[in-house]
Amino acid sequence: MGNSLPAERRLPPDADQQFRILQLDGEAAFQPFDSRLAQAGVGPLVAGGIDVVQINVGKFCNQTCKHCHVDAGPDRTQENMSRETFELCLDAIKRIGRPDVDLTGGAPELNPSFRWFVEQVRGLGCKVIDRCNLTVLVMRSQAGLAPFLALHRVQIVASLPYFLGSRTDAQRGDGVFDKSILGLRKLNELGYGRPGSGLELNLVYNPTGAFLPPDQDAIEADFRRELSTRYHIEFNSLYTITNMPIGRYRDYLVRSGNHRRYMEQLVNAFNPAAATGVMCRSMISVGWDGRLYDCDFNQMLELELGFGAPRHIRDFDPERLAARRIVSGQHCYGCTAGSGSSCGGRIS
Amino acid sequence: MDGYYDPEDLPRFAEMGDDAPELWDKFNSWYGAVFQPGALSEREKNLIALAVAHAVQCPYCIDAYTQGCLEQGSNLEQMTEAVHVASAIKGGSALVHGLQMRNVASKISM
Repeated sequence: MGNSLPAERRLPPDADQQFRILQLDGEAAFQPFDSRLAQAGVGPLVAGGIDVVQINVGKFCNQTCKHCHVDAGPDRTQENMSRETFELCLDAIKRIGRPDVDLTGGAPELNPSFRWFVEQVRGLGCKVIDRCNLTVLVMRSQAGLAPFLALHRVQIVASLPYFLGSRTDAQRGDGVFDKSILGLRKLNELGYGRPGSGLELNLVYNPTGAFLPPDQDAIEADFRRELSTRYHIEFNSLYTITNMPIGRYRDYLVRSGNHRRYMEQLVNAFNPAAATGVMCRSMISVGWDGRLYDCDFNQMLELELGFGAPRHIRDFDPERLAARRIVSGQHCYGCTAGSGSSCGGRIS
Repeated sequence: MDGYYDPEDLPRFAEMGDDAPELWDKFNSWYGAVFQPGALSEREKNLIALAVAHAVQCPYCIDAYTQGCLEQGSNLEQMTEAVHVASAIKGGSALVHGLQMRNVASKISM
């Protein structure tokens, strides 16, 4: 839908090659991340519990965004979570207690088991977060999706990199902004983002180029003013997320000659306070095939759990995973730059 | 040296402190304080800096404050308007000096 990336840009990036490039840059020019953590007295990273289970249900998506670290798109039809793996996730969630369940992709809603799984998890009393690209809400085949999400009081975290169409479409594809506005209006009509409704709608800003995000409060105020004035749209909060130098975004950095400079920015902006609050310390990430990771970024680099931790959802062991040592690399500088970055926006 | 301006020189700016460290420290401290949010926001200060960078035609400053403005959430419409403000003042400044020309011409003409 709505994008015209050249064929070579839609090829799955080689995770091994990306990791090698990141490590090479790290060795050649930048202090290794683990060493920087140790120097700041905040390493090594160790999990402090499992508050969030983030499940990447697959790489199928109706969009092909230029910055996507998952390299998701309409052609990724094979790598999607099966009902059997969803059931294993459900068992794991029951064993943790009542964690937040954060569903991402791809477009997670397009997985055939999405709605079944949401119903099951809500039945356990867990908060469910849907990382929504907004345009999926106006697809003809998804007519009942927005009411379904509202009925089950699913929190929506929606991507909208800017309040102007030109910058949003430059990153997410031609026509995406207009469809996103239609999706947001549909959510507002259901009560999402409206005061007192209890239906939470949070937006995600991420930079549309090789630069770091602005102050979260300042850009949130801009979004609130501009979206209200121009489109009468309301939302709860805006999260700023730093683009990780992996996936299609890394390809863009290399192709545009910005990779080294961007890495320098991330490394120079290292913030120890952000490092202590990185999201991997309180979450576990599950891949479409049930493999376990410290975060969605490690997942895309195929950096599975290490240090003896179980590596598949079928071997889920809450006690061991809750105190596991975290696998890190040079891309982790992306989460510790400036105010820090997580799936819930800034860290510090 | 291939040219007078090299992008690789911008990160070397601090070398200006090598032979005058006290002056560099004072400049650096003042410079940092200027860009802290105060009566003006960081975004507004970055837009002013971008406009001035064009007025003084400093390629290092244009590079730094284009990035700075984008990192503060400004967009190309706002940044282009800022450059137009700088250009208008530069153009207006030249034009208003035309009055000096007219004064001199008037004085020495019959």
